[in-house]
Amino acid sequence: MKRFRYMKAVSVREAIGIFAAEPGAALMAGGTNLVDLMKYDVSTPTVVVDINGLPLHDITEQPDGGLRLGALVSNADVAYDPRITERYPLLSSAILAGASGQLRNMATVGGNLLQRTRCSYFYDVQVPCNKREPGSGCPAKTGLNRGHAILGASPLCIATHPSDMCVALSALDATILVEGPRGVRSIPFSEFHRLPGESPERDTTLEPGEIILAVDLPLLPPSMGYSYLKIRDRLSYAFALVSVAVLIKIDDRIIQQAHLSLGSVAHKAWRDKDAETLLVGAAPVRAVFKRIADRLLDSAIAQEQNGFKIELAHRATVRCLEQAAAGTPQSQANKRIC
Amino acid sequence: MILTQDSTQIEVTIHVNGTPHAVKTDPCVTLLDLLRDHLQLTGSKKGCDHGQCGACTVLLDGKRVNSCLVLAISREGSSVTTIEGLGSIANLHPLQSAFIRHDALQCGYCTPGQICSAIGLMLEGHAKSHDEIREGMSGNLCRCGAYIGIVEAIEDVMESESSREENR
Repeated sequence: MKRFRYMKAVSVREAIGIFAAEPGAALMAGGTNLVDLMKYDVSTPTVVVDINGLPLHDITEQPDGGLRLGALVSNADVAYDPRITERYPLLSSAILAGASGQLRNMATVGGNLLQRTRCSYFYDVQVPCNKREPGSGCPAKTGLNRGHAILGASPLCIATHPSDMCVALSALDATILVEGPRGVRSIPFSEFHRLPGESPERDTTLEPGEIILAVDLPLLPPSMGYSYLKIRDRLSYAFALVSVAVLIKIDDRIIQQAHLSLGSVAHKAWRDKDAETLLVGAAPVRAVFKRIADRLLDSAIAQEQNGFKIELAHRATVRCLEQAAAGTPQSQANKRIC
Repeated sequence: MILTQDSTQIEVTIHVNGTPHAVKTDPCVTLLDLLRDHLQLTGSKKGCDHGQCGACTVLLDGKRVNSCLVLAISREGSSVTTIEGLGSIANLHPLQSAFIRHDALQCGYCTPGQICSAIGLMLEGHAKSHDEIREGMSGNLCRCGAYIGIVEAIEDVMESESSREENR
């Protein structure tokens, strides 16, 4: 680990001031990803700004009937909050599908959004990586790419975003409240993370000096079916190969509304709202679900080792839609997939 | 605002197993290294040092965490419980006894982390069934594969605690 200066910020304005003024500054919340990246010298901040003293630790009711999750609320506190388990069980389920009890106690809402890819080449400072060192190359393109992107990748980067929580937030149409040197703004979830394109070093659309204050969850229609289905190499404590988050509203055997997001297939949680409209007005049956899975994976491109992920994502999409439609969401304790 | 210069040692006070310790430390020292190298409390183990194995699990202000991912300097005034604070040879913690009874270890390297994690799991109170205990303990790897005994030991202690509650 490279040496660094440590600061404890006491106000949001102060944190933004330091963060904007010091190009080498990193914000530290739970530390679960940052400290790990610092141990590998992937992240080498000159200043670590500890933001745990900022007043961003609450979950609060919103005037529109939604909930605001403070950026520093732990993943565990979100997942087990009764307001979340009752009104946003999809989010609770996705969080509990990820990491471990210890990490969920430490990791925060804001930190989860800002975690970096787990591409093994990004983590290895001995090799090139366009995300870590722009312009240096991408060994994953010709190397071990079994877990990499099948959608939205660029010639420069085929990394995936590893979060489970973000897949649910994407399906929920959350918005991210941020503050920077130029003030406060809200970013729709779909515009928060970005595709790699020509600048894979940028994971998000945050401007320099901006920090996350909160994640806002909108009010949902009553009685939506949901499921979060995560497929991975072992039953727990592993990143997804493919995951699917579904919210679906069905009345009289007709789909009224459907939100579907795929995880670990792209540089961001993958949503196709045009494809979702195909479901509206249709019956919740397998043939319909297969059609939307076809459409979602239309543009999928395999790397040398991850062709299986296209079929896996297709099947997981159909199965997750069936689970949500039947009102039998995937259990995150008993991993049998029904 | 607290600001340290490069290589400045600053003092942090952390209560470990009920005893306050004021330690001068560099910002890059983790809670695990502080426990092991500065306080000679070597019960908490450094397995992977990357939050992947759980051998370093301790209770920090009552919650289980991976101490290898915590910068000690950031936890001024906090309370830590390690395996050394749970029981003694003469008076084992119920989970320590249960681990022995259920043969829940072979080499024992992961055991301090397993036991601290199990205490955290029980304090959290969300895991009730066998499957939920297995899932809730998945952050603690055991290379000897003593998982069956580990889950049995935790179930055993949970059952005896709940029957004690009922008899009150």
